[in-house]
Amino acid sequence: MNDVRYSAPSTLDEASKAMLAANGTGWILAGGTDLLVQMRSGMRKPGVIVDIKKIDEMMTVQDLGGGSYRIGAAVSGAVLGEHKALKKAWPGVIEAINLIGSKQVQGRASAGGNLCNASPAADSGPALVAAGAILAIHGPNGRREIPVEKLHSGPGRTTLAPGEILVSFTLPARPKGSSDAYLRLIPRTEMDIAVVGVGVNLTISGGKCTAARVGLGAVAPTVLLVEDAGKALVGSSLDDAAIEKAAAACRAACKPINDKRGTIEYRTKIAGVLLKRSTAIAIERAKGN
Amino acid sequence: MSNGKYKWIGTRVDRPDGADKVTGRARFGADFNLPGQLMGRVLRSPHAHAIIKSIDTSAAEKLPGVKAVMTAKDLPDQPNLIVPTGEMQVNMRDITRNILAREKALFEGHPVAAVAAVTDAIAKQAIDLIKVDYEVLPHVIDVTEAMKPDAPVLHDHLMTEGVKPPPTKASNIAKRMDNAKGDIEAGWKQAEVTIEREYTTQAVHQGYIEPHAALASAAEDGQLQIWSTTQGHFQVRGFCSRLLGVEVSQIRVTPTEIGGGFGGKTVVYLEPIAARLSQKSGKPVKMVMTREEVFRASGPAPGGTVKVKLGAKKDGTIVAAECEIALQAGAFPGSPLGPACWTSFACYDIPNIKVVGFDVVSNRAKVAAYRAPGAPISAWGVESTLDILAQELGMDPIELRLKNAAKKGTKTSYGPTFDTIGFVETLEAIKNSAHYKTKPKPGYARGVAAGFWFNVGADSSAAAHVAEDGTVTVISGNPDIGGSRASLALMAAEELGVDYSKVRPIIADTSSIGFNFVTGGSRVTFATGLAVVNSVRDMIRELKVRAAKTWGVDPEAVIWEDGMAKPAGSNVGEFEPLSLAQLAASAGKTGGPINGHAQLNAQGAGPGFGVHVVDLKVDHDTGCVHIDRYTAAQDVGTAIHPSYVEGQIQGGAVQGIGWALNEEYIYNAKGRLDNAGFLDYRMPVASDLPMIDALVVEVPNPHHPYGVRGVGEVPIVPPLAAVGNAVSRSMNIRMTDLPLSPPRLSAAIDAATPKIAAE
Repeated sequence: MNDVRYSAPSTLDEASKAMLAANGTGWILAGGTDLLVQMRSGMRKPGVIVDIKKIDEMMTVQDLGGGSYRIGAAVSGAVLGEHKALKKAWPGVIEAINLIGSKQVQGRASAGGNLCNASPAADSGPALVAAGAILAIHGPNGRREIPVEKLHSGPGRTTLAPGEILVSFTLPARPKGSSDAYLRLIPRTEMDIAVVGVGVNLTISGGKCTAARVGLGAVAPTVLLVEDAGKALVGSSLDDAAIEKAAAACRAACKPINDKRGTIEYRTKIAGVLLKRSTAIAIERAKGN
Repeated sequence: MSNGKYKWIGTRVDRPDGADKVTGRARFGADFNLPGQLMGRVLRSPHAHAIIKSIDTSAAEKLPGVKAVMTAKDLPDQPNLIVPTGEMQVNMRDITRNILAREKALFEGHPVAAVAAVTDAIAKQAIDLIKVDYEVLPHVIDVTEAMKPDAPVLHDHLMTEGVKPPPTKASNIAKRMDNAKGDIEAGWKQAEVTIEREYTTQAVHQGYIEPHAALASAAEDGQLQIWSTTQGHFQVRGFCSRLLGVEVSQIRVTPTEIGGGFGGKTVVYLEPIAARLSQKSGKPVKMVMTREEVFRASGPAPGGTVKVKLGAKKDGTIVAAECEIALQAGAFPGSPLGPACWTSFACYDIPNIKVVGFDVVSNRAKVAAYRAPGAPISAWGVESTLDILAQELGMDPIELRLKNAAKKGTKTSYGPTFDTIGFVETLEAIKNSAHYKTKPKPGYARGVAAGFWFNVGADSSAAAHVAEDGTVTVISGNPDIGGSRASLALMAAEELGVDYSKVRPIIADTSSIGFNFVTGGSRVTFATGLAVVNSVRDMIRELKVRAAKTWGVDPEAVIWEDGMAKPAGSNVGEFEPLSLAQLAASAGKTGGPINGHAQLNAQGAGPGFGVHVVDLKVDHDTGCVHIDRYTAAQDVGTAIHPSYVEGQIQGGAVQGIGWALNEEYIYNAKGRLDNAGFLDYRMPVASDLPMIDALVVEVPNPHHPYGVRGVGEVPIVPPLAAVGNAVSRSMNIRMTDLPLSPPRLSAAIDAATPKIAAE
């Protein structure tokens, strides 16, 4: 094994410079629950590891009011899970992030790292896509913002340019009567990777659905925003017919593969099943808000 | 438990190795190191089936830091000779080829070459520098495919054994086995109901948490020391002797603590390689497998196909039973076909039985023993078919089994007639259990199945030493996997009449105690337990001699009671009893150290029977299974240490549940294993399961002083069918192929209800 250099800068500019200087051999270390495992298995051989946990903005949760939060990309799942107000405002997002790995892994793993590892099956993806999260990205040319669904370009690949670092994700303000939910299917009850994951975020006003977004994971090369599923729900009273239409939209959006984790037929079917189940949970939660 | 018959047996004392294991002080295979040691690595075949045309190791040898490189040429070829390893047998000609491929690579992961270097990183680099010229051949993974006449043939010399006339053309069928009882054709004529089905199971790994590891140190004078995580260090010594051409007495093998084996550590993989690399380099060599290597190239248990036909009277009396089993042996012959065939109908007293088995090679890792090798596979077929019969006859599945249960005097299809066994008692324990008397919760279905294992005796040696303060060391030679140190110490304390805390059990290396067969077959508490009891009795005999000398009486006039020598009666004279401590203190004056020894080939292992019941629910939308309640009853003879007996029952049940629900080897089109890790090779996790209730049934084995029967293997036999029967009853669709994974159950539900929308 070659020597690995480790740096832990305290500013984003330094971190960005270190990544640029590494010339493609740099890897960001947040919780390390993906990177260290990949290094151990020989899958990744970094020249430089840039630990971003010393950068305040990466480690901070900020309440922006009205249910909006800006969450540092390196904040661990365990910290988010214990943030009562955030958990009440965005239960679906937090339950998704809290499903990453085991209890022990939760103490280190971050949603930002989960996103940047760019697995189509990552649990944070569908919930954040449904939430309409906006990512802040810091790079050599300053700062830019993108919707979360624009981050991934394929399995293990992101649209981040050299030297760019995911800094935070912002969950938008939502009107009263809003909530969200995330469900995944795994063959076991823990320690597993989603065969399908569905996040639903909706708003109910006067008995009608006024806004809805659906995120779908593990059924295509990237996490999907299923716009047709959202459209099927908006304007309806969230009756069975509307939900079935949304489920059909999820099934139609699937472009899965046959692999060791499930067949095309199974994944497609389960996308519809989970849409119905997570929508039912989101409705219950929204009624309480 | 033991009705107050015993002082120590049946108590739940702390295990002697417990503190070390919970504090991390215990040393497992990879924890052993020697000064100046090298790290060894294995180059493995990327191909499922290929001719090895040449191996060029020159670049690896030139890499700085590399101290030795080896291929199969560094090991002498071996004769076509079968030797036993635990419950299974291996052929020396095959085993040397399994350790390092010769003419051909026969599975992906097959070792081809090995290196030793000053660091692990250099060893890995060196492996990448070895050039192997392969001629890739067509491969075959599946048993049924491998049996077809046009299948790629793995071994040109392999002629099917056990068929007449002997074949003249090589095939992948290594062996045919037949056993029968009564007149099967007459049996079918009596049958009023006949059920016939075909089943399949997939290969499963033992899943021990500790990967294989070995450290070898060869000295200039020819002595060889090996530290290894193994179920049988005497077998490691024996194999290394043959494979390396070193006399047995020159090799000393020390077993490390072992992080699980389940049968998979009764064979050798790394030890001969580490030893040869040490001999070549003059340095100690340490080797540790990665988890991926463990999956690709060690274990597993075979998958197979099982055809079962049962004929019964309308009252449930089974009059005829037929079974055909084909098992994957892996790349070399030798699946656990015998046990699979012999156990198939062993639970039942059936007048007419016919069993046929086939041992089939294919391009997979060579199988190894796994808990009751072969038995869960045939039980999956037989116990599922019994469930169909119970449904057909409208009978309770326990009643059906009680009606046909084997008893003392039942003659098995494979020869022996049962002595005292506890199958009826075990069935009744389930029938009378709180679980069975309570209906499953709404939405849940119940499954029942039974299982059998012979249990094993074989060779054991033991010694007992009294220290100068009267405390006792009990020395045996079987690695402790399931709490055997505690059980052996309990039996020694009971026999000797001293406190358990005064007895320290240790496991000696191959040069410090006589021969012991492997920890396997569920033999240690029975056979090595018997050796320990006999060694303590030998020590007591000597203690009585010393007391007699002290008192100036005949040894026959002394009895041993409550840890003390006492006069046999008042006519002997008035003497104060002599304690163990007193006799030890005066040993120097009465004849020197006081020890006891025993060696034996234990006969009369008591067969074990288990009956499991499970309540579960199938999510009809997703095919996911939720287990609500699980109870496992088993005749254990006598529970020496009830906690470890229960632990064995629970552990076996959990492994069987994993086998039933999710575990399987998934190969891609190139014959490469796609799920060589615990993420996608899905063993159950704690949150998947309820508490497994263990019901301990005690029908003592008449052939052991404390009535011990083996315990560890029976509990993995029933779960496959218990779970399968519950799933089939829940779905109202008979499931015949394992694993019962969510996609498979979902597809079966959808196929049975085509008109209903997907969800």
